[in-house]
Amino acid sequence: MTTKPLDAAVLPQQKEVVPAPSTRVTIRGTTKVNRRFTVPRSVRRAAGPVGLVLLWFLTSATGVLPESVLASPVDVIRQAVDLTKNGELPSAIAASGRRAAIGFLIGATVALVLSLVAGLFRLGEDVIDSSMGMFRAIPWVGLIPLFIVWFGIEETPKIALVALGVTYPLYFNIYGGIRSTDAQLVEAARMMGLGRFGLIKYVILPSALPGALVGLRYALSTAWLALVFAEQVNADAGLGYLMSNAQQYFRTDVIVLCLVVYALLGLACDFAVRILSRRLLTWRANFEGEA
Amino acid sequence: MANSVEIRGLSRAFDGNTVLHELDLDIREGEFVALLGHSGCGKSTLLRILAGLDDEIGGEVTVPARRSAAFQSPRLLPWLKVWRNVVLGLPGRPDRALALKALDEVGIAERATVWPKTLSGGQAQRVSLARALVREPELLLLDEPFGALDALTRGKVQALVAELWRLHGCAILLVTHDVEEALLLADRVLVMDEGRIAHEVTVDLPRPRDLTAPEFVTLRARLLNWLGVTRTLEGTPS
Repeated sequence: MTTKPLDAAVLPQQKEVVPAPSTRVTIRGTTKVNRRFTVPRSVRRAAGPVGLVLLWFLTSATGVLPESVLASPVDVIRQAVDLTKNGELPSAIAASGRRAAIGFLIGATVALVLSLVAGLFRLGEDVIDSSMGMFRAIPWVGLIPLFIVWFGIEETPKIALVALGVTYPLYFNIYGGIRSTDAQLVEAARMMGLGRFGLIKYVILPSALPGALVGLRYALSTAWLALVFAEQVNADAGLGYLMSNAQQYFRTDVIVLCLVVYALLGLACDFAVRILSRRLLTWRANFEGEA
Repeated sequence: MANSVEIRGLSRAFDGNTVLHELDLDIREGEFVALLGHSGCGKSTLLRILAGLDDEIGGEVTVPARRSAAFQSPRLLPWLKVWRNVVLGLPGRPDRALALKALDEVGIAERATVWPKTLSGGQAQRVSLARALVREPELLLLDEPFGALDALTRGKVQALVAELWRLHGCAILLVTHDVEEALLLADRVLVMDEGRIAHEVTVDLPRPRDLTAPEFVTLRARLLNWLGVTRTLEGTPS
């Protein structure tokens, strides 16, 4: 062995380490005592959208933005009032809403059944989950031509497309929720005497609920999206019909109005699910959900 | 007294790796037995078998039909209010009065209507005990139920378990790796090693037990020695 042990003779050669001069920092409080007036956060957040609409209005009013490109907000609002008065807009919303609702219900039922079977039974998982993975790879919007061949050009292909768009997000989120159930909780519940049915009711389904609600939000936004695509095809009623009619007459005001209505409907659904989540998931509320 | 638990030639292997070797053990009715051992010695496996959660075994195990368990983590269902957790799995409609009685016994009846997430660790463990005891078990299985608690809370919950055992008179099998805890609570302490009961000692000390009593100190030294932990006794905390 030639390795020399690190002996005391080596150490004195090292320079004595000079400690870095101690620096100090001052922590200043951020509590506002007598600050100048600050703009509330909600106002600041609203400033962006309001500013954009204002810009839209100004550019339209001054003619920078020609009506053939984009109608002015005033025209859009006027159209909204007119079409509401003559009943065209409400009946279009009703027709579209009906398609979305029926399609959603069908898709949700299919997703619920498939995810429960796949989530609760090993055989179901083997058969269903791989198939769902395969079908998901197909872009569902691309199925419109096939649906027209199968179902014609009436209501059925539109509802089918919505149902299909709804099925995937719900299926994968519910299935994932079921599969992420805490095995320790299942064990404890079994120990407490719960049978298979009790386990599903008290342990597995509740633990799948947060995932299912996320899936529901995706599913509802997908439902409206699917409707936008589906209603471009030979509709005789609904928002899409209103829009494709307007397109033929270059009525950008009606097109914009329909887009706004689609957006508002989507927002309303999202809001409803958020309220629902808050009510159903109070147990997750971070230490404020006292009874 | 009759035996509550009878284990004859119990074996359990995981993928050819034997965890329990031909194990024999009796627990008398109302007896408090503590099971000590290093991690991986098979003590939790034994407890899971007694709980009925694992039946891929060789040999024969006889246990009371009425048995329940509390685990290291309380394992309460977060979406059920505390009192609903207590009576979960009992036949019939959820009996609130019964739940409150059980919660009162562990000293937290006032938390009956909150969500489990709002409980502290010690409180949740008390609920878990109430949930186990409301079933009036003849055998109570405790899998390191104090392991995750801070020292102060642990002492309180240990005292609670001693009191509940006195009141209910059920047999208890406590799995732990804390020698003092075993000696404070149990009638008999078993040391498990490589899937067998390697050592056994009867703790014949009056309760409540004194950690500083000479017999206690001697027993602790003996158990630590069996566990392969050598420690001088000069540093014994008073």
